Amino acid sequence: MGTMANAESYILAIGTKKGLWLAHSTDRKEWSLSGPHFLMSEIPSIGIDTRGDSPRIMVGVRSEHWGPTVAHSDDLGATWTEPEQGAISFPEGTEAALERIWQIYPDAASRPGVVWAGCEPISVWKSTDGGEHFELNRALWDHPHRSEWGAGYGGAAAHSIVVDRSGEKVHIAMSTGGVYRSLDGGASWEARNKGISAYFMPDPNPEFGQCVHKIAADAAVDGRLYAQNHHGVYRTDDDGENWEPIADGLPADFGFVMLTHPRRSGTAWVVPLKADGERIPPDGRLAVHRTDDAGGSWKRLETGLPDHEYNSVLRDAASVDTAEPVGVYFGTRGGTVYASADEGESFTEVVSHLPDVLCVRAAVVSGAAVPAFSA
Amino acid sequence: MPDITVVLPSVLQPLAGGQSLLTAPAGGAGTVGALLDAVTGDYPVLARRLRDETGALRRYVNIYVNGEEVRRLKGLETEVSAGQEVLIIQSVAGG
Repeated sequence: MGTMANAESYILAIGTKKGLWLAHSTDRKEWSLSGPHFLMSEIPSIGIDTRGDSPRIMVGVRSEHWGPTVAHSDDLGATWTEPEQGAISFPEGTEAALERIWQIYPDAASRPGVVWAGCEPISVWKSTDGGEHFELNRALWDHPHRSEWGAGYGGAAAHSIVVDRSGEKVHIAMSTGGVYRSLDGGASWEARNKGISAYFMPDPNPEFGQCVHKIAADAAVDGRLYAQNHHGVYRTDDDGENWEPIADGLPADFGFVMLTHPRRSGTAWVVPLKADGERIPPDGRLAVHRTDDAGGSWKRLETGLPDHEYNSVLRDAASVDTAEPVGVYFGTRGGTVYASADEGESFTEVVSHLPDVLCVRAAVVSGAAVPAFSA
Repeated sequence: MPDITVVLPSVLQPLAGGQSLLTAPAGGAGTVGALLDAVTGDYPVLARRLRDETGALRRYVNIYVNGEEVRRLKGLETEVSAGQEVLIIQSVAGG
């Protein structure tokens, strides 16, 4: 395939346990792939920044041997750049070392160049130069709760970052610790977990300590967010002051994924898993569930998905794009990636038999030169 | 005095301009830590592959001096002397 100029097409970045694959499509049904990039390093986080003239793909890379780093590509994966001193590095005096980059979150179009990162050990970082250099958020690092935050099975990390239109209101989620909110752009943080259960703790309703797996903001309603918890699906309408359960109608209230529509209020997607005893899709039947009424009801979406699938879907192994209708993407720990061009009504397989999928991110690219992808 | 030589595994050689051997004058590098400082000074990405930002050797990076892995000696404080060859080898890890 050659280059495509001035046509709208789709890029899907697939981060796995053993490298990154990039997929390209003009219809979100037929995909061509390039990769593996970063073979033998895991790619737990990806951010695709479409705010500039050409899309920038940023990836969190981690080698078991050689440690973590952030790399970026401005030519859709043809070449990669790694800042010499490292984009994310704990400053002297913290006596901490970066373990893993769990989240790369390009901020709003009105704040070009601003990119947030969530990392292990639990920390939040902010870049103002398009992800080439990040500064540690000191207010969270110095938070009095920090010594009591714990580690989930995957490690102790800040894995979700949601910034509102003003840039002042920032919600993050960490495992374990729960949801923290800043009303001053990250200068100070308070736990906001009222209503979210921590059934695994002696006091099931603590101020913090919850194992919130993912949060996402409603497209239009200010103050409304959704959370997929370690058991429990929740919504808040007041910036996290109170969380209400919205899991009725789902086959299980456990899962890792929470996605929201980029424009339509009330629409969100989850991928339920049975747990804790069986971390598989309920009855081995993989399905995405979508609400269009902010969690009042859920629609089961499984057209195009296999009859049985025993692999789970991790928290960042799902994403939406910004097209109309919205594309929905997810990958399994069994290395299969599915795409929907119709908001989840039907899925097609993008690729199978990759290593465990850790992260997927999709973007619409227009007018960009697309390097050769092999069909 | 003969230089001290550091032997890189092939996977790291692109980060050192394609070199497999890096050398430091024996007079300047008394310990493994100082030797790493000296030979990676021009290659900051290579430096970050070997040690984290606290200066600690990464868990699955093994460095051998006289056939002994430095963790069994004095770690990065292990002494190196003129003419010695220091091997950097990735440990057997991962799945």
